[in-house]
Amino acid sequence: MATYLDFEEPIKALEEQIEKAKTLGEESDMDMGDKIKELEGKLEKKTKEIFTNLTPWQRVQLSRHPDRPYTLAYINAMTEGTFQELHGDRNVKDDKAMVGGFGQLDGQTVMFIGQQKGANTKMRQYRNFGMANPEGYRKALRLMKLAEKFNKPIVTLIDTPGAFPGLEAEERGQGEAIARNIYEMMKLKVPVICVVIGEGASGGALGIGVGDRILMLENSWYSVISPENCSTILWRSWDYKETAAEALKLTSTDMKKLKIVDEVVKEPLCGAHRKHDEIFDTLKKVLKKEIAALSKLDPIKRSADRIKKFENMGVTK
Amino acid sequence: MVWFKREKEGITTSTKDKKETPEGLWHKCPKCKTVVTAEDHAKNFYVCDRCSNHDRIGSEEYFQIFFDEGKYKEFDAKLSSGDPLKFTDTKKYTDRIKATQAKTGLTDAIRCAKGDIDGQPTVIAAMDFAFIGGSMGSVVGEKIARAIDQAIKAKCAFMIISKSGGARMMEAGLSLMQLAKTSGKLTQLADAGLPYISFLTDPTTGGVTASFAMLGDINIAEPGALIGFAGPRVVKETIGRDLPDGFQTSEFVLEHGFLDYIVERQNLKAEVSKSIRLFMS
Repeated sequence: MATYLDFEEPIKALEEQIEKAKTLGEESDMDMGDKIKELEGKLEKKTKEIFTNLTPWQRVQLSRHPDRPYTLAYINAMTEGTFQELHGDRNVKDDKAMVGGFGQLDGQTVMFIGQQKGANTKMRQYRNFGMANPEGYRKALRLMKLAEKFNKPIVTLIDTPGAFPGLEAEERGQGEAIARNIYEMMKLKVPVICVVIGEGASGGALGIGVGDRILMLENSWYSVISPENCSTILWRSWDYKETAAEALKLTSTDMKKLKIVDEVVKEPLCGAHRKHDEIFDTLKKVLKKEIAALSKLDPIKRSADRIKKFENMGVTK
Repeated sequence: MVWFKREKEGITTSTKDKKETPEGLWHKCPKCKTVVTAEDHAKNFYVCDRCSNHDRIGSEEYFQIFFDEGKYKEFDAKLSSGDPLKFTDTKKYTDRIKATQAKTGLTDAIRCAKGDIDGQPTVIAAMDFAFIGGSMGSVVGEKIARAIDQAIKAKCAFMIISKSGGARMMEAGLSLMQLAKTSGKLTQLADAGLPYISFLTDPTTGGVTASFAMLGDINIAEPGALIGFAGPRVVKETIGRDLPDGFQTSEFVLEHGFLDYIVERQNLKAEVSKSIRLFMS
C-alpha cells in the first residue's frame, strides 16, 4: 500500500479515479478508454505541477518518504546479485545502521558503503533509524581500506538523520570515529564517489562523505543540521522548520549552486519513491560514467585534487 | 539573647551615599564562590586557587600563556565572514556578525599566530567561545587552513586550541564542509612530518570534535572541560535517563582512550613545550 504525503493527495485522488474507471470499464462493458485517457492526462499535468514547484521542506519530506528506496535496495538492484555484504569493525561489533561490501557494476568490482534505514517499525529499530555508532564509521573505514588495498573504486550512499547521539557512542568516541574517516578518506588512493540518496545530516553524513565526486539525488537534502533541530535552536520552537529548511539552502539545487556538490541526479518526475527501477537505472549509469572518468587519473593527483576541492569550500572576505 | 539588635528595618542608606564597587575588581569563582581580586585571578592563570576550577579564557590569554614574553605575530586578523546563504533567523546573519564583532572586539571565532614557546617556533590557532559560541564557519576553516600553511612554511609545530559548540548553523552546508577542509589540510601537515597538538578546552563539542580536535598527533585537554560529539542535553534526551557523573569531562575522555594527557593551566606551557621538544629535537 503506497503512502501519500499531504501535498501528494491530489495525485492519490486522481489515481483512485483512474482505478475506479478501469474497474467500471471491466465490469460493465462500458468503453472507459476516453475517460481513462483524460484522467491520465490530468494526472500527468498535476504531477508535473506539484513536483516542479516543491518547497525545500517538501523535498525534506520526500527524502524521508516511507516508500523511498534505501541503500541496500540500490546496491542489490545495481549489482544484479553480485553483492556480498561484509560485516564488523574488527573492534567492538557489527553496526546494523552501516552496511557495506563488494559488488559488481557490469563486471567492475566496486566497494559499496552506506547507512541503512529500515522499512518497518521492527527493521527501523534494528537499523537504529540509519544512525550509526562509532563502530559503524570504523567498519566503513575498514572496508574503504580493503577497497584501497585491492584497488577498487568506492561508492558511498548517504542516508542518515545523523550519527547516533547515545551514551555508548560518546564513550567509544563518536567524534573521533567521524574525524578519522574524514581524514583517511582524503588520502584514499582509489576513486571515491559519494551520493546523498535521502537525508544527509551533518557529521553523520560527512563521516562517509569525502570523495572525488559528490552527488545528490534531486529530492535529497544535505546540511549541517536538520531543519527541525535548526528551528529548535535558532527560533526556540519546532514550528519554524519550513523557514529553517529554506534558510539552510539544503536542497540539491542549492547545494550545487554553492558548489558543495558536483552533480544533481535527476529523479523520475513523480519522485524516486514511485519508480524504484528508474532511479536505480539512472544512478547506475551515472556511477559507471563517474568511475570510468576518475579511474583515468593518477592516484596521487586524485587525492591531492580531492583535498584541494574541499579546501576551496567556504566564503570569506 | 542577642548582642546587637537592629533598630530600623530595611535599607536606610540613600542611593547617593551608597558605596560603589567598580566592576571587574573582584572575581567570584562560579564553582566554589571564593572571591579573589581580579588581579590575583589573572596571575593564577584564571584558575581558582581553592577548587582549581579553570575559567574559560580567550585566544589572547592563551597567547600570553604560551608565547615567550607574550610576543607573537598574528595572521589574517582581518579575515571576516561573508553571508553566502543570505541567512536570516530571528536576526540577519550579517547583523549578528557585526554586533558580535562590536561586542567582543574579535573578527571571528579564531585567531592564529606564530611565536616562540621556550624558544621553539610554533603556530597556534586559538578559538574564542565569546564569538557566537566559538562556532566554526568559513572563516574558522580558512584561518586554520592558512595557519597550517604557515606552519609548513616555517617547518614548525602546530597547535589548535579548540573551544567551540560546533559548526556554525548560519553557514549551513558550507560550515559542514569546514570539517573536511581542515582535516584535509592536516594530512598535508602530516606529509611535511610536522607535529600537530590538539588542545581541547571547555567546551569542545559537535563539528569541531568530529574533525580537527580529535585528529592531533597528541590530544591534550584542560581539567574538567566538556568534550563530546553530541551535547549532553541531546544525549540525555536520547537515552531518557540522567547522565552519569563526570560524563563527557576531560577525565572521562582520557579514561576512554581519546586523550594523551590532561594538564593544569599552571603547567600548560611547560608540558606543551616538553611535547614539542620531544617531537622536534
